Amino acid sequence: MRAVLGEIIGLFVDDGSLAVALLVWCGVVAGVRAVLPGSPLLAGLLLAGGCVAILLVNISRTAGVSRRPSGRPSPGA
Amino acid sequence: MNWLHVAPSASAAFLASLVEFVEAATIVLAVGVVRGWRSALVGTAIAAAVLCGLVLLLGPALAEVPQRGLQLVVGLLLLLFGMRWLRKAVLRGAGLLALHDEDAIFLSQSANLRLARVSTRWGVDPIATVTAFKAVLLEGVEVAFIVIAVAAGGAGLLVPAAAGAALAGVLVVGLAIVVHRPLAQVPENTLKFAVGILISAFGVFWTGEGLGIAWPGQDLALLALVGGMLAAGLVGVRLAGAR
Repeated sequence: MRAVLGEIIGLFVDDGSLAVALLVWCGVVAGVRAVLPGSPLLAGLLLAGGCVAILLVNISRTAGVSRRPSGRPSPGA
Repeated sequence: MNWLHVAPSASAAFLASLVEFVEAATIVLAVGVVRGWRSALVGTAIAAAVLCGLVLLLGPALAEVPQRGLQLVVGLLLLLFGMRWLRKAVLRGAGLLALHDEDAIFLSQSANLRLARVSTRWGVDPIATVTAFKAVLLEGVEVAFIVIAVAAGGAGLLVPAAAGAALAGVLVVGLAIVVHRPLAQVPENTLKFAVGILISAFGVFWTGEGLGIAWPGQDLALLALVGGMLAAGLVGVRLAGAR
């Protein structure tokens, strides 16, 4: 059962840095939403754009590490 | 409830569940072919019973959670789940990760099962039963999560989402029975790219709803998010391939 639980957690997280960055960003957007409650479009754009940017930076970083001769891919890559 | 509400949930549940069912079917086929169908089917049946129990236990509890809170939690989980799939699909598309190969998984599982000692307890082979149980339970949990998650927008979405998943299950089980070998012809890597895009878009949408963001165009914003995620995925493949 421990292995099953581990694999269930693995459904959501395999590169820890991607998961942490996404959660932190959602927290930032929640903060912006609280400070500027009258700007839902801004919050929506920040949420979507930030998540996409985080994904692309993660992919770019993973690709760079994977292609480096002595580099090792990040976990889950 | 119109097609704009129903179609994205049903199609996302269908596509995502199709991938999960194919993965489970590969393992169950390997168990059945190598160690016998009785153990494979017993493991599958126990996992299906556990899954039904979990859904019956947790399903009514979800109805008690305030919708905004549920949307936020489900949205965050979908975001993590979808981005993980999309990232892997992009890295596969760029050639940085090996493509998912059901034939190779079937051969590897079969080899492992042949190495394990054969024993019988209560009329079944414990190793074979546990292998099938674990595969069906894990993939089944993913299917259940996907159905609940893509239906988080309203109670009326649960039936179409469940129907999409059920259709995928019937299709995969039917094909597995007919061809009796791994469904390697299913374009799993392309499907995973598409599902990663859909689930990530749902994740952003529900997270936003949970945070109180009123999306412009309401549900139409989901289509824009799908378009944005598709563009991001394609850019990601080029970016990763160029580095």
